[in-house]
Order: sequence, then structure tokens, then C-alpha cells
Amino acid sequence: MEIVQKIKTGDIRAVARLIRDIDDNIPEAREVLKELYSATGNAYVIGVTGAPGVGKSTLVDQMVSHLRKSGKTVGVLAVDPTSPFSGGAILGDRVRMQRHSMDEGVFIRSMATRGAFGGLTQSTRSAIDVLDAMGKDYVIVETVGVGQDEVDIVRSSDTTLIVLVPGMGDDVQALKAGILEVGDIFVINKSDREGVDKTVGDIRLMIEMGEKRYKDGWRPPILTTQAAFDKGIRELLDEIEKHRLHLLSNKTMLSKLRYEKAKSDLSEMIKDKIAKEIFIDITSSGEFEEAIKSIIDKKIDPYTACDKIVSAKLKSNIR
Amino acid sequence: MNKERRVRVLVAKPGLDGHDRGARIIARAYRDAGFEVVYSGLHQTPEEVVQAAIQEDVDMIGLSSLAGAHMYLFPRVVELLKEKNADDIVVCGGGIFPEEDIPKLKNAGIKEVFTPGTPLTEIVNWVKENVNPGGV
Amino acid sequence: MFNKKSLEDIADEEKKWQKLFNEYTLKAPERLKRFSTVSDRPIKNIYTPLDIDDLDYSKETAFPGIYPFTRGVQPTMYRGRLWTMRMFAGLGSAKDTNERFHLLVNEGQTGLSTAFDMPTLMGYDTDSPRSRGECGKCGVAIDSLKDMEILFAGLPIDKITTSMTINPPASILWAMYIAMAENRGIDRRIIGGTIQNDMLKEFIAQKTFMCPPKPSMRLITDTVEFGTKEVPRWNTISISGYHIREAGSTAVQELAFTLADGIAYVEAALERGLDVDAFAPRLSFFFNSHLDFFEEIAKFRAARRMWSRIMKERFKAKDERSLWLRFHTQTAGCSLTAQQPYNNVIRTSLEALAAVLGGTQSLHTNSLDEVLAIPTEEAATIALRTQQIIAEESGVANTIDPLGGSFFVERLTTDMEEEAFEYIKKIDDMGGMVAAIERNYPQMEIADAAYQYQLQVDSQEKTVVGVNKYVNEEEIPIEILQIDEELEEKQIKWLNEVKENRDNNKVKEVLEKLGEASQGNSNLMPVIIEAVKAYATEQEITDVFRDVFGVYRDPGVY
Repeated sequence: MEIVQKIKTGDIRAVARLIRDIDDNIPEAREVLKELYSATGNAYVIGVTGAPGVGKSTLVDQMVSHLRKSGKTVGVLAVDPTSPFSGGAILGDRVRMQRHSMDEGVFIRSMATRGAFGGLTQSTRSAIDVLDAMGKDYVIVETVGVGQDEVDIVRSSDTTLIVLVPGMGDDVQALKAGILEVGDIFVINKSDREGVDKTVGDIRLMIEMGEKRYKDGWRPPILTTQAAFDKGIRELLDEIEKHRLHLLSNKTMLSKLRYEKAKSDLSEMIKDKIAKEIFIDITSSGEFEEAIKSIIDKKIDPYTACDKIVSAKLKSNIR
Repeated sequence: MNKERRVRVLVAKPGLDGHDRGARIIARAYRDAGFEVVYSGLHQTPEEVVQAAIQEDVDMIGLSSLAGAHMYLFPRVVELLKEKNADDIVVCGGGIFPEEDIPKLKNAGIKEVFTPGTPLTEIVNWVKENVNPGGV
Repeated sequence: MFNKKSLEDIADEEKKWQKLFNEYTLKAPERLKRFSTVSDRPIKNIYTPLDIDDLDYSKETAFPGIYPFTRGVQPTMYRGRLWTMRMFAGLGSAKDTNERFHLLVNEGQTGLSTAFDMPTLMGYDTDSPRSRGECGKCGVAIDSLKDMEILFAGLPIDKITTSMTINPPASILWAMYIAMAENRGIDRRIIGGTIQNDMLKEFIAQKTFMCPPKPSMRLITDTVEFGTKEVPRWNTISISGYHIREAGSTAVQELAFTLADGIAYVEAALERGLDVDAFAPRLSFFFNSHLDFFEEIAKFRAARRMWSRIMKERFKAKDERSLWLRFHTQTAGCSLTAQQPYNNVIRTSLEALAAVLGGTQSLHTNSLDEVLAIPTEEAATIALRTQQIIAEESGVANTIDPLGGSFFVERLTTDMEEEAFEYIKKIDDMGGMVAAIERNYPQMEIADAAYQYQLQVDSQEKTVVGVNKYVNEEEIPIEILQIDEELEEKQIKWLNEVKENRDNNKVKEVLEKLGEASQGNSNLMPVIIEAVKAYATEQEITDVFRDVFGVYRDPGVY
């Protein structure tokens, strides 16, 4: 395919359009992705996540500057939430990185989460592959939030940064649940604010309590940065490099990591396909509407309705 | 698989004027109409606007200007899109323009020009009618 | 102000009247579902003594010239001297604007007010790639001291005061003005005027920025300190609500954010070790006068009362002049319409009237074509005449604060003060205005208000004559001032000439010195003056600042 060649040689328009087609669910895009797969696996993927307002985009912007200074090319995917009311989105992260737009070695793309059925992770994952295949040395993925979605995207990253700001005591508590396991590096941004020592202490305590999780020998470091003033970014990139070398040095872990990533990719893809194909079929059927009415009228309970609909659908698909 | 093309728009502020009230309002209106809106931020050169539009694969660029430099900035954006073979991207302008500049802007390839007082719904409907998401 | 018995009587009567009112509305309902101001403040059908029963005249309202100055800062107000009619002007090259200045001075205007073009405002020279297409478009283009010399050539700057609307590079343009005066043998202690120099409202609203908030505050505090010691007749900051309102804020937000900015500047100067009464009398304010007549008048009255309280209670100022909120007003540019532009004369008249009834010290009235371009001479004259008619024909300047005591206006004044103080408290809790800006707090509040207002206009809940009601199908275009398209090329050529004819080694040397000084803590004004005197250009100096202090970029808040 001509387009595959274009992507591999870094044709900006082709890359931009392919990511669009992936996002828009265009079947041809899937075919291109199949062809591109063999060209992936060369980029180093950094995930950056944290609550809104912690300065992720500014941090990414500075990381890009430093990586460019050392001659590396960078792709950035900035993911923002879709409005549940309109389905639209304002993708504002680019503003803070726009100074790199004229740099041929940088490709920045804003994406919306779009819908609830793994769309975020699936499209984003595929977009990572595209930037990887176009030859970027680094791909940085920025996602908002502190919940399960981010854990998903984190599985696609080689190194995951959790970004916090001082004075987020309660949020640190809330983070414990999902994020601790996946944070390879903790970044306390805006470290000129009050409460930085306490936040560092809280996280250190969390890491110590979770000591047994770090059997592989990597203990997540905690770094302080002031991204707006370009402070602490060099040190952050040094830590990322250390983490990279750590992954490479440990053969068992590397193969485990690859297994985990492939497993998660594939299961997400299956989930996504089921969601998109079977779920949408079901919910657009008359049977679905009837079941809702019956539930309201108490003619049937929702559990039985669910079992009936799903098993009928699966049978018909198998046939 | 169900295709779901969604309109993607770049709202851009070329030039040095900082009057972004209109740009920010229109960005919200586009979001509320279900579009995906990328915002360039202030103080952009035409080159930066075009590069962002291409990387983001937008269907339309909405340019906003309120300080009189539109006669250089807007046509320059169209010109650069042509150079990059990206002139399928629709370019619109919003802001304050002397009456006689409007036909000149349209001649230069600005597809539509919205002046103050145009209701948001009118602008949104224009986009829905004149912009094909994904170019199809 | 009323005794208990009479208030009880009024309450009884009001009950009866409200019943009567309701009976009438059963027959013919009210014409609107909801009555509210431009800022969406709900307004009652009537205001009575009951609405101001908590008002203590001596403490809250008081006499003009007496704390808390609600009725005016001077005892005589317009009975003594009318407000200054200060019309903003600037177009094309320094020579073009110099000609217009001469014309204005010959017409008897005693104060000049300079509008700069976008590159000058942003700290770029005309030959920067970022300046393409902008030269001279919305004001005068100034690249070096040479241009400043031409701009004021032949004007009696020892007798007239000059206002310069300039922000990120304010220190540089001010240095050029001081250098220009000194080169003409005029002492810096004699010259008078104002630089806007209010960066906080730039981050919040007008978005003309260069360096991040903290170094910006340092540059501003340098000018305050230098002015206090060396240029005593200069107002070194004009704390501006005008642009906050133009960006779509409500009246209360304008009031609150402007005063919160003022608090931040005072705190910065105090931290520098200045005595509050040494600099506070040189702080001046700049407000917007929008269309909602009574809300605007109440806003001005509340502003005076709030600032005097802040200065006295919070900053313990002793000098009475430190407690005065003196302000310039401009009628609301954002209220003007391109449709049926002659209607703008009426809008501006009403807004100017509100500013005068609110006790402004100086006033710019917008021209009917200001929404489209730089005003033509004819349009600017009508705008000036508007002020003269209010001043000398309408009789509103015959007595001081004629609306003082109005149940409605006094209630509004107190309500707006309370709401604005709530905002200020919120900002204090965030750690002050610089911290609030870093969190995009005021920016978001304004963006929300602006969007809400637009939705109300679109749904015709708010009327804009000629735009969403009483629309004319055919519009008759008005004459518009055109700026010479070749100006940019000429200015670049001239800039190159200036660069060729100066001592470039000296420029290099002084810029290096500026770089070093910027990294330290000393006041930068003396070395900036040295640099402009060597004919270093505006951007050569701002580039040093960008290098040392960093560049602030739009955080892109919606």
C-alpha cells in the first residue's frame, strides 16, 4: 500500500489522516494498521497522567524541548475528554506545546476520548503505533485523570509518569487505588507551591508500604519540577533514561512486560470489537427497546432480560 | 464497524492582537455543537496555524482577528495551505473587517466571513452545511 | 437613615403597593419574565427606604472628599473643575501621530493619550516576522528613541501630561519618553503623565504579554520605585478594569479583579521596602463604562469606597491621597456595533453620562467608527463634543453625586461592594492575584460570563439594537480611515537607517549590561534609559528580558 510507505517515511499529512481515520472508525484504517504492525516497536513510549490542572501539557512541552536538544524526534498524543452532553470537545493541550509546531522533528496530535467503550484506549493505542511507525524516537501520551482509563493507557507505555502538585493530600489518597502500581516515576510539579515536602512524604510512604510490588528492583523515584520555569526537566529525563536501561537490563522482566502489553492490547481490542459490533447491534434492535419497556412495567427483571438478550445474540453470531 | 466522522475544527488567532473573547466563545459553541475543537492559542504566525491544522487533520480553520492585520494574515494562511497541498481544508474568518475588505478576503480564498452580531447558531449551521468531516 | 416607625409605615405601604402591582400584572403581565442588568443581575420592580435601612450615611456614603469617598474624592468635584477630556490617539508612523497631536493641542486639549500599534505593544520591532501586516494598524509604530523624538517633536511636554497605553514593554517606552525629554533639556522631575503598566490585567484579559507573571511584577515594581524616587509627577501604574470588562466580565468581576490587581501591586511595592504613602498616591485606575446605566454608576461609587477601605484598613495608609481612587474611564468598546454605526453615538453618550454621574476624573468617549477602525477626525470630534454637551449643556455637573441617596443606586452600590469583596477574599485565599492567575481563575470566570452573555444575546433574552432586534436589511457603509499599506516597508527601512547610524558597539555593551542587571536584583530603569539613549531598539531590549525571564505563552483557557 502506498499509504504504508508514506507513513513509514514520515509524511505528515498521511500520518495525520490515518490517525483521523482510526478515530473515525474507518475500516480501511484497520487494514493500514495491519500492514504497519511490523514497523512498530522502535519508539520509546512515555505515558504522562494526572489530574486536570497539574501542568501535564507544560511538562510535556518542556520534555519535548529537551529531547529535541539531544537530537531525538518526538510524537505527542494529547488526550482530552469528550463532553458527555454534546459529544464535542475542546482540545486545549496543544496551546501549551504550539511553539514546537514548526519543528519538523515533532508531531503533536490532540485526541478526544469519544464515548465510553474503550475508544480512548483503542484509538490512542493505534495512534501510538502510527507515530512509532513514522519513525519517532519517543512517543509521549498525555491523558487526564486518576482513574481506570489511565491505568489502561499506562499499559501501553514503557515508562509512566504520574504528575501531582503539592497540597493534593486527599487526591494522593484517592490515587492509591489504581495508580500506584503503574507509576514508574512520580513528578511533583509546581514545586514552588506550599506543601511540597508533605506531598513528597505522602508518596514516599505509599511507595514504602507497597514495597513488595517492586520485586523487579525498580523503586519509583519522586521528582520535583517547575515545568513552567523549565526546572527539574533534565533530571526527569535522566530518570526516564535510567528506567529505560533498567528495563533493558532485565531480560525476564522485559519479556514479561512485552507479554503484558501484547495481552492487554489484544484483550482491549477484543473488548472494543465486541463493544462496537455486538453491543451496538443489540442496543439498536427492537428487542432491546421492548426489554426496557418490560423492565419498567415489571414484567421482567433486568438480570433475566440481560441474560436472555446476550445468549440469544451469541448463539445467532455463532451460527 | 460503524463509521463516525466527526467535524474537527482549528480555532486560530493569527497575529499579535490578544482579543480572544470571540475565539473562545466560538470554540465553546463548536464543542456544544458536537465538534472537536483544537485551539491554537494566541499570537500565532500563519505558518504555525497551517502546521497545526495539518497535524491535527482538521476540516476547517476558523481564523479570528480584531486588530486590522487580516488582509495580510488570512490570505497568507490560504496560500500556505496551497503550498502544502492542504487546500481542501476550509478557511473561515471572524472578526471586525471594513465592508470593502470582505469581497477581497473571499477572493483570496476565505470561504466565509463572519462579522460581529452573527448568532452562534448561524455560524454552527454554516459549518454543518459547508464542511464535510474527513473530506467525504 | 430612617426611624423605626417610619420604616414600619413604609413596609405596610409597600405590601399594599405590591398587591396592587400584582393585580395589574394579572390583567397585563410584565413585559419580561425576568428583569436583569447587562451583567445578569436581577433587578426588583421597586426600591424603597427599606432597601437601604442598614445604610449609615456617615460611614457608608459620607460627603465628597471625606472617607470612604463614596460620593467623590474631592470636596468640590465638578463644581471646581470638570473631568479631563482625554482622547486616545495614535495611527501610522510617529510623524502621522505627531500631526494629530498638534491638532488636538491646538484645539485646547491639555492631555495627550498615545495608542501604539500591536508590535510596539507586544515588544516586537517592525521588522520581526511576527509583526507582518500589523505596522501602524491600531496605533503608532515605535521602534526606537528616534521614533519617540519624532512623536513628540514640537509639543510642550513640560506643560502637558502624556498617557501611554503600554504594558509589557512599559518600562522601555517610559525610558524613551524620559530620554526624549532629557535630550530636549527637560528634567525628569518636571514631566508628568501615566503609563498603563498593568500586566496582571493583561494575563487576565487583554493578553498582551511577554514574560511570566513573577518577572513581570518585578519590572512593574522597578518602575514604581524609580518613579517614586526620580519622576515624582508620573503615574506609574494605571490599574485597569477596562479590558477585563471588554473580555466579557460582569460589572462585579471588573470591580473585584481590578481592585485585587491593585492589592497585588501595593503588596509588591511594600515588599520592595517602599512606604505605602510614598507611592500609593501615584496609583491610578481605569474603568469601563458599559451600557447598564445604574449598575455602572453604582460600580464607580463602590470602587471608591472599597479602595479607600482597603488602603486604610488593610495597608494602614495615612496620607489621605493614598485612599483616593482616582480613575480614567473609557466608554465600552464592546458595546458598540458595526451595524447601524450611528447608534454608537447614543450608546457612547449614555455610557459617558454614567461615568460622569459616577464621578470619573477623566474620560475617553469612543467614536462611532471605533468598532471598525481607528477613528476618522470627524468621528473623533463628535465623540469629544458628546463630552462637552454633557459637561456644559446637560446640567448634570451642577451638583455633586446627584444619584447619592437613590434607594436603587445605594442598594446596588452596597451589593456590588459585598460581592466584589467576596471575590477578593477568594483570591486572597488562593494566595493573591498572581497565584490566582497561575490557576487561571479570573480567566475562567470571565470566559464563563462572556459565553453566558453571548447565549443570552443569541436567544434574544438581551437586546442589541440593530443586531438582534430592529435590524436593517440594507446597511449604509460609513467612511473608514485607511492606513498606508506601504508604511511597514518604510518603517523597516527607517529602522535599518537608525541601526546603521548608531554606535553598535555601545549598544552591544549596554545590552549585555542589561542582561546582567536583569539576573540580579537592582532596579533596571537606569540601565534601560541608558540602552534607549544608545538607540537600542525596543525589541533588542525585550529580547534580553525574554532570554533572562522566559516567555509567557497563552495558557489557552476556555
